[in-house]
Amino acid sequence: MGSSALRVAATGPSVLLQDLGRPGLAHLGVPRSGALDAPAAALARRLVGGAADDAVLEVLLGGLEVVLEADPGSGAWVAVTGAPCSVAVDGRAAPHGRAVWVPAGSRLVLGRPASGLRSYLAVDGGLPVAEVLGSRSSDTLAGVGPAPVRAGDRLPVGVRRGEPGNAEVPPARATGPLRLHPGPRSAWCEDPLAALTSGAWTVGADSDRVGLRLHGDPLARRRTEELPSEGMVLGAVQVPPDGQPVVFLADHPPTGGYPVVAVVEEADLWRCAQLRPGERVRFTRAR
Amino acid sequence: MVGVRVLPVGPRAVLLEVADVASAVALAAHCRAASWATEVVPAARTVLLDGLTVPPDRVAAALASWTPEAHAAAPGGLVELPVVLDGADLPDVARLWGCTRTEVVATLTATTFTSAFCGFAPGFSYLSGLPADRTVPRLPSPRPRVPAGSVALAGEWAGVYPTASPGGWRLVGRTDVTLWDADREPPALLAPGTRVRFVEA
Repeated sequence: MGSSALRVAATGPSVLLQDLGRPGLAHLGVPRSGALDAPAAALARRLVGGAADDAVLEVLLGGLEVVLEADPGSGAWVAVTGAPCSVAVDGRAAPHGRAVWVPAGSRLVLGRPASGLRSYLAVDGGLPVAEVLGSRSSDTLAGVGPAPVRAGDRLPVGVRRGEPGNAEVPPARATGPLRLHPGPRSAWCEDPLAALTSGAWTVGADSDRVGLRLHGDPLARRRTEELPSEGMVLGAVQVPPDGQPVVFLADHPPTGGYPVVAVVEEADLWRCAQLRPGERVRFTRAR
Repeated sequence: MVGVRVLPVGPRAVLLEVADVASAVALAAHCRAASWATEVVPAARTVLLDGLTVPPDRVAAALASWTPEAHAAAPGGLVELPVVLDGADLPDVARLWGCTRTEVVATLTATTFTSAFCGFAPGFSYLSGLPADRTVPRLPSPRPRVPAGSVALAGEWAGVYPTASPGGWRLVGRTDVTLWDADREPPALLAPGTRVRFVEA
């Protein structure tokens, strides 16, 4: 049997390999990385019968075209989750959020999503490119891990290990305000939880995998001296001198020097991966 | 002051604040040995425990009587880095320190540094140990490209650029040693806790 692969014919603005990232290396200056909408990536893996740590493709605003290279007569199960985009196999519409059979030689095309930003493509045998520090995630801050996926790349597809799981029910996706926990430097701003939960925030166009940048009435700093750099967590709400908060996402720097006044509930972080520039964000206190 | 201040960082992490960098190094070693969290991230005055495997109160209770004196970290491994101390900013450092270039070199080679924490880039270690009156401000505007292996100073710290990058630290020398190699175990030559000496090549 020959080895299977996805040949990349075209990409949109960004296609990245992502898995569960590299937790445990922050003390060496290595960002955690990993799929930004982790529940969507996990669902895609389960739909194709893959393993929990298989790499998937994180596709920003669609535009991905791949051809499955495999032995004639064979094929692969794939699944697309996350931002709802059109899915087509050799020009025929296929469902989003379900396992889809792609015969050898077929072309799979992901369209631009109507809402959200990031769609996830899982393949049944995973995408076993070489690991870097125990992970196949592309980190966009420090450049650790595989390079961004480009047209012309050939991504290896591993051997199928399970059966597709179309009985899989997508977990309920919470809506409503993002829940906030207190942060270590709440005292550095004037009642930051009140300011964050009462304000209307707009997603900035400069948001990325490092952070969701929000614009609104600036948070008033109570202390203006420099804070020595300290360790940062996923979901940290950092307040730079301009008072415009940044929610740290998977590629955040492991340490930072601006005060963290709140932390977004981990179960709500996937939504930060899907908010488009210009969309409104509201916060509430976590119970 | 209390030995360790415990600050909340959401439901799964705590930030431990101590008086100085030596305490942070010792506390990080203590917390790593205790296996309280997935990530133990030391910094200048703090240690972050992220991905707690025990309740935050248990960490607070266990550290209530912690002092750096009673829990001095065993000295880390010693790395001797062969360096050429001919950096472009050496004259400025001498001027800022009010001494000669030769004296700057003598101070750098006489100091046993400790890697306090990594930040800025993978494998970029903040090296503590310079005398308290030997600080230098960062450059007013960073260089667009600092070569890998550059030995540099900023604030109270010394550091060695593991990869080429923009940088605002003052350059005092260079080394040919590879500081960061993702295929090596451990990938960072100067992981937190490591002691470092600059030896003129």
